[in-house]
Amino acid sequence: MQPRPIALKILDFVSVILLAISTYLALFFAPTELVMGEVQRVFYFHIGTAWVGLLGFVIAAIAGIAYLVTKNMLWDRFELAAVEVSTVFFFITIALGSIWARPAWNTWWTWDPRLTTAAITELIYVAYFMLRQGIEEPEKRARFGAVYTLLGGISAPITFMVIRLFRSIHPVVIGAANASQEKMSMTSDMKTAFFFALFAFTVIFIDMIWHRLRLSSLEEKVEQLKLNSLM
Amino acid sequence: MKSSSPSLLKATFAIVRKDLAAEFRSFELISAMLIFSLLVIIIFNFALELDIKTREAVNAGVLWTTFAFAGTLGLNRSMSVEKDRGCMDGLLLAPVDRSAIYFGKALSNLAFMVIVEAIVLPVYSMLYNVNLFRIDLLAVIILGSIGYTAVGTLLATMSVQTRMREVLLPILLFPIAIPVLLAAVKASGGLLAGSTFAEIMTPFNLLVVYDVIFIAIAFMVFDFVVEE
Repeated sequence: MQPRPIALKILDFVSVILLAISTYLALFFAPTELVMGEVQRVFYFHIGTAWVGLLGFVIAAIAGIAYLVTKNMLWDRFELAAVEVSTVFFFITIALGSIWARPAWNTWWTWDPRLTTAAITELIYVAYFMLRQGIEEPEKRARFGAVYTLLGGISAPITFMVIRLFRSIHPVVIGAANASQEKMSMTSDMKTAFFFALFAFTVIFIDMIWHRLRLSSLEEKVEQLKLNSLM
Repeated sequence: MKSSSPSLLKATFAIVRKDLAAEFRSFELISAMLIFSLLVIIIFNFALELDIKTREAVNAGVLWTTFAFAGTLGLNRSMSVEKDRGCMDGLLLAPVDRSAIYFGKALSNLAFMVIVEAIVLPVYSMLYNVNLFRIDLLAVIILGSIGYTAVGTLLATMSVQTRMREVLLPILLFPIAIPVLLAAVKASGGLLAGSTFAEIMTPFNLLVVYDVIFIAIAFMVFDFVVEE
């Protein structure tokens, strides 16, 4: 087994440090929100994980297209890594949102456009894993996976638009659609915590993708060794 | 080779004719979808206690759930028949454009779905004393069915080639088809509640947009899901 490359080791270390700083900023540095109180602190990680979750789904769709065009298996591994990491992050987003919603909206869940779209998006990518699991040939698995991430990447925003026909109660952080929507205003300390969380989670996301890619190539090596020993 | 191969339109209709001829000989698929639809409606009748008050609010939802469930049944059957008897390989060997196969299968799937709807709607109207025969409502139903079968045909082609086969289709299809189902329910519900056509323009437009986008995408990627 090859040792972890030194750059990856450094990135691991940086990720842990950034997560620790981000936690400190969210829990102690940022001021307590006036209306929502302490529970609002969940927001920094909520946005951080949501950002990398969505980023990963977009990357997966792009990697899917790249695979279909080039037929290079590297893109398939990249797509799988992005979807796997993002599905976990996105689940964390939903869970954190629920924790916040309980005191703020007095319910764990509501069928608001964002929440509903988030749940459906998560289900699309769970279906993606089931699809991949049912196909043995790696090449076909890659093709089908790419097609499905592409469909999912297009369907999710349309779902959001359609559900928006109903009224939304989700607070809008950046750019409220109209004045009646609840808007969050942040102090500069809050903004620091907010943007730092975005940055920290982006680095953690890259670190995880790297690990997942490395795992894929190790898996491939094991397969090769198995084949060689049979021959 | 290119000069001797039939045009896209001709090849598409040849596949539709083949599917319809096979179906009208046995009525396997349509009768299964139809009986299934009626059973779903009966189950809803008990599950939701469809008295006059509730009915008004949920008619559109009950209808579209029924169509969606019956639709997956039809899509699965229509694609697994091709797979099991090796017909798909025959179709792929034919010197026609691959997209003709997609359009042919999608059109015949749409035809089956519309035939089933054409029987379910009058029965539903009769059972629940609601007039469903309105040209605007029919337009919504047709548009919804087009979107559903457009993406359904593509995903059914994929799912029959996996180990889980029929079980996988609804899992793959429902999350992707949610926009079309939602827009269809919203538009039909609005019409049944007495809204004018102008008032349901937003969901109606979304239906058209969904149809156009997903027909285009499915057309572009179909080659990748039948490649051998």
